[in-house]
Amino acid sequence: MSTETITAVEPKRESLFSKKNRKLLTDPLDDSNPITVQVLGICSALAITVQVQQAVIMSLAVLFVMIGGNVIVSMMRNIIPDRIRIIVQLVVIASLVIIVDEVLKAFSPDISEKLSVFVGLIITNCIIMGRLEAFALGNKPGPAMLDAVGNAMGYAWILLAVALVREVFGSGAISFPGVGQVKFLPESWFMANGGFYENNNLMILPPMALITVGIIIWIQRSRNRSLIEEN
Amino acid sequence: MKALHKLIEERVKPNFTGDGKLKRFWVVFDALETFLFTPGHTTSKGVHIRDGIDLKRTMFLVIVAMIPALLFGTWNIGHQYYLSLGDITTADPWTAMFLDKIIVGAIKVVPLIVVSYATGLGIEFVIAGINGHAINEGFLVSGMLIPLIMPVDVPLWMVAVATAFAVLIAKEVFGGTGMNILNVALTSRAFLFFAYPKQMSGEIWIHDVMASKTGGLLADGYTGATALGHLANTVGQPVQGEVSNGVMAMFTDGGMFSLMNCFVGTIPGSVAETSALAALIGAAILIWTGIGSWRIISSFIVGGLVMGAIFNLLSLNAYMTIGPVHQIVMGGFMFGAVFMATDPVSAAQTNRGKWLYGFLGGLFSIMIRVFNPAYPEGVMMAILFMNVMAPTIDHYVIEANIRRREKRLTAAVA
Repeated sequence: MSTETITAVEPKRESLFSKKNRKLLTDPLDDSNPITVQVLGICSALAITVQVQQAVIMSLAVLFVMIGGNVIVSMMRNIIPDRIRIIVQLVVIASLVIIVDEVLKAFSPDISEKLSVFVGLIITNCIIMGRLEAFALGNKPGPAMLDAVGNAMGYAWILLAVALVREVFGSGAISFPGVGQVKFLPESWFMANGGFYENNNLMILPPMALITVGIIIWIQRSRNRSLIEEN
Repeated sequence: MKALHKLIEERVKPNFTGDGKLKRFWVVFDALETFLFTPGHTTSKGVHIRDGIDLKRTMFLVIVAMIPALLFGTWNIGHQYYLSLGDITTADPWTAMFLDKIIVGAIKVVPLIVVSYATGLGIEFVIAGINGHAINEGFLVSGMLIPLIMPVDVPLWMVAVATAFAVLIAKEVFGGTGMNILNVALTSRAFLFFAYPKQMSGEIWIHDVMASKTGGLLADGYTGATALGHLANTVGQPVQGEVSNGVMAMFTDGGMFSLMNCFVGTIPGSVAETSALAALIGAAILIWTGIGSWRIISSFIVGGLVMGAIFNLLSLNAYMTIGPVHQIVMGGFMFGAVFMATDPVSAAQTNRGKWLYGFLGGLFSIMIRVFNPAYPEGVMMAILFMNVMAPTIDHYVIEANIRRREKRLTAAVA
């Protein structure tokens, strides 16, 4: 499914933002999006998209771990013995995740509590492991970093889109880290106060995250027909 | 009639076909034309036997079968309303204040039907237009079923949202009519059940019951909860406790939810689900015309009876002491068995599969409602669950058939 090629040693130097490298950055946003096309990292997308602020923090955490992991593994790619490469990758990812977890606990304990185990579970996020295996092991640190940024962004925008839909319709609010949840619907609209409106409780439940991701996949494939699988 | 047909064929149709100026709206014209006149389509290749009963007539006959439930439901809304106000008593004949009852019922039911059809057909027309498909009658039955399984006072915009969700997510995503995995009408109800739990449970089943309550107008014993809602309160309570005895008194002869009342349907509930009798009349029409599967309906009822009998033997709590026959005439069980479980698309397709599908559906309906007081209407959950299981059931039935024939063949050859 992934479209990149594992290139051998490049004969001549290539600028960091050559056409090919720019593609590393933009491809994961649409054509090879980790969530909607490769269908990786779905579990966290379902679990932490109830509020936008959690999705933002989660995206930043994944961005950090991915850049760190991709660059470090890419730098070590020539000295990692092939047979234990998975273990080495895991050690790298796990160390980075622990750093993220500790920073979150220290500086924003309430969000850390809301994200609970899902920060720790970044270790098992298939996107990160997949990029290390498929890209960082065969490429220089520069492109590896671009690849990490691209994929983390591809993950992030889906997360934010899903979280936005779920929070607006599920809680009638939008939240942002540092600001907290802002309810923008007037209280008098709600049925408890004699109004006509009610928040959609189904949006809060995990199945709706799955359906929302499904709708994004639907829209994306109706716009970009090359993504539609044969048969 | 012939003149009208000729006029349409010669004057109106050319506008929509070929390069006519209205050719973008061909799907709309086509839908209305085939709805009004028998289409002249014939098979072009090979020999086929074509039955006169097409999708349109199938759908229409199901609607006819729903009419008793609809009429009874309309009357019952008014009946419950005036009972709750104390204007009439259960001793009055059913014709008392007949016109008032029908008017109250119609004021509640007609908008539900209009909203359901407008939303559903609107989406169908748009999607068919985008895809260039002919519009079919797939929504006729769903659009009628949706209002029939709603609480009386559900806000209309919620019905619209639920209908849109069900048509898009349960049907169009999978390829439209005939391709859906889940029953469309039940999906809309499940959506409402989870999305707006406050509007779908508790004291909502009689028109304006909350207003009457705050106004001090409510007659004694009326809370606006359904039979299943009352029974759900007894779960976790001692069998002979105060709460249980109070609730169970309503289910004895002469009580509000006596066997007779539940069977006839003069109890609070969704618009048309209360009457087991009306559902059975519908079942008779469906079976007689060969549209509903008698296998599913009968095995669904047997499944409910079996589970009810098992619970009744155990009698571990007050809920279980209700007899099996009483269990299956309460709530939406009969309505679900007749109109929901028999949906020819989402049900099992093989004959043996249908027996199993119906039986397990009935079994789970009673099991869910007794075991989980949070889901008093177990029928909805059970049928949706069996919809998901139906392809698996069919798969194993077909596999078993292949193996059986293989064995027969090897035995014959050897």
